Amino acid sequence: MNNATTNRIKDNLLKYFGIVCTLSGLIVLAIFIIDILIDGVQRIDWEFMVSLPSRFPEKAGVLTAWTGTLWILFLTAIIAIPLGIAAGIYLEEYSKKGRLANLLEINIANLAGVPSIIYGILGLEIFVRRMNFGGSLLAGSFTLALLILPVIIVATREAVKAVPKTIKEASFALGATKWQTISRQVLPASASSIITGIILALSRAVGETAPLIVIGALAYVPFVAKTPMDEFTVLPMQIFNWVSRPQHGFIINAAAAIIVLLCFVFVMNGLAVYLRNRGQKKIQ
Amino acid sequence: MIMRIESIKNYKMQEQANAETRPYKLATRNVNAYYGNKKVLQDVNMQVRPNTVTALIGPSGCGKSTFLRLFNRMNDYIDTFRKEGEIIINGIDIYRKKIKIEELRKTIGMVFQKPNPFPKSIYENVAYGLRIQGINNKTTLDEIVEKSLIQSALWEEVKDDLKKNALALSGGQQQRLCIARALAVEPSVILMDEPASALDPVSTSKIEDLIYELKQHYTILIVTHNMHQAGRVSDKTGFFYLGELVEFGDTKQIFTNPKNNKTENYISGRFG
Repeated sequence: MNNATTNRIKDNLLKYFGIVCTLSGLIVLAIFIIDILIDGVQRIDWEFMVSLPSRFPEKAGVLTAWTGTLWILFLTAIIAIPLGIAAGIYLEEYSKKGRLANLLEINIANLAGVPSIIYGILGLEIFVRRMNFGGSLLAGSFTLALLILPVIIVATREAVKAVPKTIKEASFALGATKWQTISRQVLPASASSIITGIILALSRAVGETAPLIVIGALAYVPFVAKTPMDEFTVLPMQIFNWVSRPQHGFIINAAAAIIVLLCFVFVMNGLAVYLRNRGQKKIQ
Repeated sequence: MIMRIESIKNYKMQEQANAETRPYKLATRNVNAYYGNKKVLQDVNMQVRPNTVTALIGPSGCGKSTFLRLFNRMNDYIDTFRKEGEIIINGIDIYRKKIKIEELRKTIGMVFQKPNPFPKSIYENVAYGLRIQGINNKTTLDEIVEKSLIQSALWEEVKDDLKKNALALSGGQQQRLCIARALAVEPSVILMDEPASALDPVSTSKIEDLIYELKQHYTILIVTHNMHQAGRVSDKTGFFYLGELVEFGDTKQIFTNPKNNKTENYISGRFG
């Protein structure tokens, strides 16, 4: 066997190994989704979506859970997005590069890696107790906003950094101020990347359970939240609650609720991918 | 007809003579510039008359781009940049505290090495400088956009397509668009940083013709690596070497009879 043949065999081996690695993750996901669909899809109907929770699995529904998730999504977004974008722009465009900037940068990167339960404890102390929000939607949203803030800041910075320097120079050379340059050139050019980052961060927030358990979100909420100060539950909490029940009916309910949650996340991620592709097309 | 040509000739000569005696448009006095501890410009003194083209030549890293960017204060964005001495435009030191940098840049246009149109329509590219000044009147904008594109010799090629994305233009067209964009705010000085180095020969010659035309209305400083280009388009030439302005004078004299050895070596292609 000559050298070229061995090389080709090695090449092929590596290729097939790569295929197996890629597929392993996908296969596990597929098995999971099929299993859930088999269990849960029969349970999903209009009744299930608009029913309040109940002691009886056949009567229980996810109305409070998905409305709670929508509330949380909305409130978290309006808290985290302006803060995150503003902080990202400041760090990238305004702050002087130096020791302070480095320190901030390291801290933000570290914050992105802090386990979510720690944020829950932080939220419990600050929002639930000190600020007296109780176990409300507002407390939950602030907590989740803190959780995803670092992700949005990093996404904004990366997006802003990717805007060509030549564009900014051209704007400055025509007498534009810094803010004019940012608002008329930098932000439009980086908007699709920023939005993609925000959607991915929010879809993470939608799936979070631990911090909400800590701040005292309830698993059983017999009414739909009307104001941000109401108590609430969210889909992952509901799922967590149902899977820990002994009755088989609740296991099926949990599978159905997982399908609803997955739909949320898939739609959001799909939107993120769509926006990213559109942004790339525009730049080319 | 002949009389007319004669009179144009006379007029041009008159112009030339006027240019020689008019007060300086741009001047620098004992300018030193630093990036951190590194000195990049060393005691540079230069005077430029209005309605002339001045070419800045020299090997890479000799400080000519830094020098060019002093005049619209583009170096201000570099954290480690520092300068000493005076940079004077129309008799005023532009680094005085009172000077508003945005106002200054409206009078000093700049064209960059690589064409850098905004990812917007042709029209919006030219209108940008006006819009940021708060000029949004459609008739005014239409008028100035057309005038600027005519001046930059691009109008005939794009007049039916003003809504088209500027990035769809060829490199040479993009560069002329960038020139139109700079002209739209009616500056009196245009700084050009190797404006043709990324272009093909045909586009390059168009840009050179354009520079010659623009001289009637503007004072032009142009950094170039192309000796022939410097020879073709400029009235005066300054040769930079290691941060010093080694020689500065009439282009003809610099190219045919340089006083300094280094200038002669560089121009004849012995180094650089």
